[in-house]
Amino acid sequence: MKQNLTCINCPSGCQLTVTLDDDRNIVSIEGNQCKLGETYARAEITNPTRTVTTTVRLLNAAIAQLPVKTSKPIPKDKIMECMRALKPVEISAPVTVGDVIVPHICGTDADIVATRSLQKITS
Amino acid sequence: MQQVDLVIIGGGPAGLAAAVAAHEAGIRDIMILEREAVPGGILNQCIHNGFGLHSFHEELTGPEYAQRYIDQVQALQIPIHLGTMVLDITAGKEITAVNKSGVLQLQAKAVILAMGCRERPRGALNIPGFRPVGVYTAGTAQKYVNLNGFMPGKEVVILGSGDIGLIMARRMTLEGAKVRAVVELMPYSTGLKRNIVQCLDDYGIPLLLSHTVTEIRGKKRLEGVTISQVDDKRNPIPGTEETIPCDTLLLSVGLLPENELSKAAGVELSPVTGGAVVNESLETSVEGVFACGNVLHVHDLVDYVSEEAALAGRNAAEYILHGHANGEGIPVCTQGGVRYTVPFSVDPHKITDAATLRFRVDAVYRERYISVYLDGERVLHRKKRILTPGEMEEVKIKKDLFDTHPGVGTITVAIEEG
Repeated sequence: MKQNLTCINCPSGCQLTVTLDDDRNIVSIEGNQCKLGETYARAEITNPTRTVTTTVRLLNAAIAQLPVKTSKPIPKDKIMECMRALKPVEISAPVTVGDVIVPHICGTDADIVATRSLQKITS
Repeated sequence: MQQVDLVIIGGGPAGLAAAVAAHEAGIRDIMILEREAVPGGILNQCIHNGFGLHSFHEELTGPEYAQRYIDQVQALQIPIHLGTMVLDITAGKEITAVNKSGVLQLQAKAVILAMGCRERPRGALNIPGFRPVGVYTAGTAQKYVNLNGFMPGKEVVILGSGDIGLIMARRMTLEGAKVRAVVELMPYSTGLKRNIVQCLDDYGIPLLLSHTVTEIRGKKRLEGVTISQVDDKRNPIPGTEETIPCDTLLLSVGLLPENELSKAAGVELSPVTGGAVVNESLETSVEGVFACGNVLHVHDLVDYVSEEAALAGRNAAEYILHGHANGEGIPVCTQGGVRYTVPFSVDPHKITDAATLRFRVDAVYRERYISVYLDGERVLHRKKRILTPGEMEEVKIKKDLFDTHPGVGTITVAIEEG
């Protein structure tokens, strides 16, 4: 089986072709111009991960949404599950950068943390 | 009229970094004027990560990157006037601003322009059709979603594949919208490869290169857009029209430095960058008025904005403390695909270690060299595997080179095949 990827390490954007055997073991990686491409392809095939950045509802602050992120990259196939889990979450100011909003999101070892500090505003 | 040593117009990444650097260089009487209710500028709505790789060697989100500078400005107790709109700057560095408490009239010794840029609107594109609800610039949509917490629509087409367009394609998808396509006029995207993969490919969003929107359909609410393929002169090809139903069209079609105040002060602007013509000190044609960040030229990395702004801050401090040693600047010329350089001239006496020239190219070039000439002599020749219009390039010319080449009349930056 062959899988096509675009390398993200530089603007060249090499088109990589990864050949896999029936157990999804990598047989060959082609199309890369440098070592970074091979490392990237290996990671993308074996365990693709992404840092998710989004917002949750914020009360008593100058803005309506609190920006948050996963404290480390999570498996790519958990992104939408993570978004659904955050839908009902509401936080009240004050909040500080790095505050844990949801621990161990979707059973991963990543926490959802605040990426902005906001003071409480009393209306 | 209140006397202030240094007035900085804009409290985004450029203004904040300039303030910190000027303070470190010994200026204590600084005032930052910011139009919004909070400092941080556009970074506040850029909630995605990837900021700070160069300066902090870690991946920060926009608000986290801004916070680092906001914390420094607060620690140094540099006053920042929020909700304050500057109305006018004169060549004599008199500044008029308004806020809730009234009118502010300041006489500055030096001014740093750090007002940033704004998005090209629909009106600049001449797309035929009515003016229905549902057509937004990508940055406006980003503000609605990330700060205000509401979605502009459910079915989206994005025109323009610069980084803001790509980032918004992912953001709208994560929030439950269906992004039908990202449409790009050019045969290549100016966005980072990483964004094409992680914002489009990850979610199966098609990128249609050499295509544009040729009609906006719907009277009250957007009902769809017609897209067409374009030829190599970017003209739509008849017969290739295709209608995509959608309720939202996001425009990510370029950024324009916001220089109305600079013009009022008589600052000379470049027709290529839309920003001020500056020398190696990032000083404009008006003495004591400096410029940095996206108001000077549009950047793709905030790290370079902070670096450039710090240079403007140090030079403004130097000007306030020691005035001007009037030297002759050597003009910088461009050749072979280099659209512009910032700065536009270099006075070798005013650089410390090296002069950093930043520039953009006009097309995609592979396997070329960046060359620098002092008059006829090539003094720098560096191979690049790829150069693209979307990525700002830089060359550093060491001070020693100017010492060994006295009396140089022209610096030339060129892209060459060999």
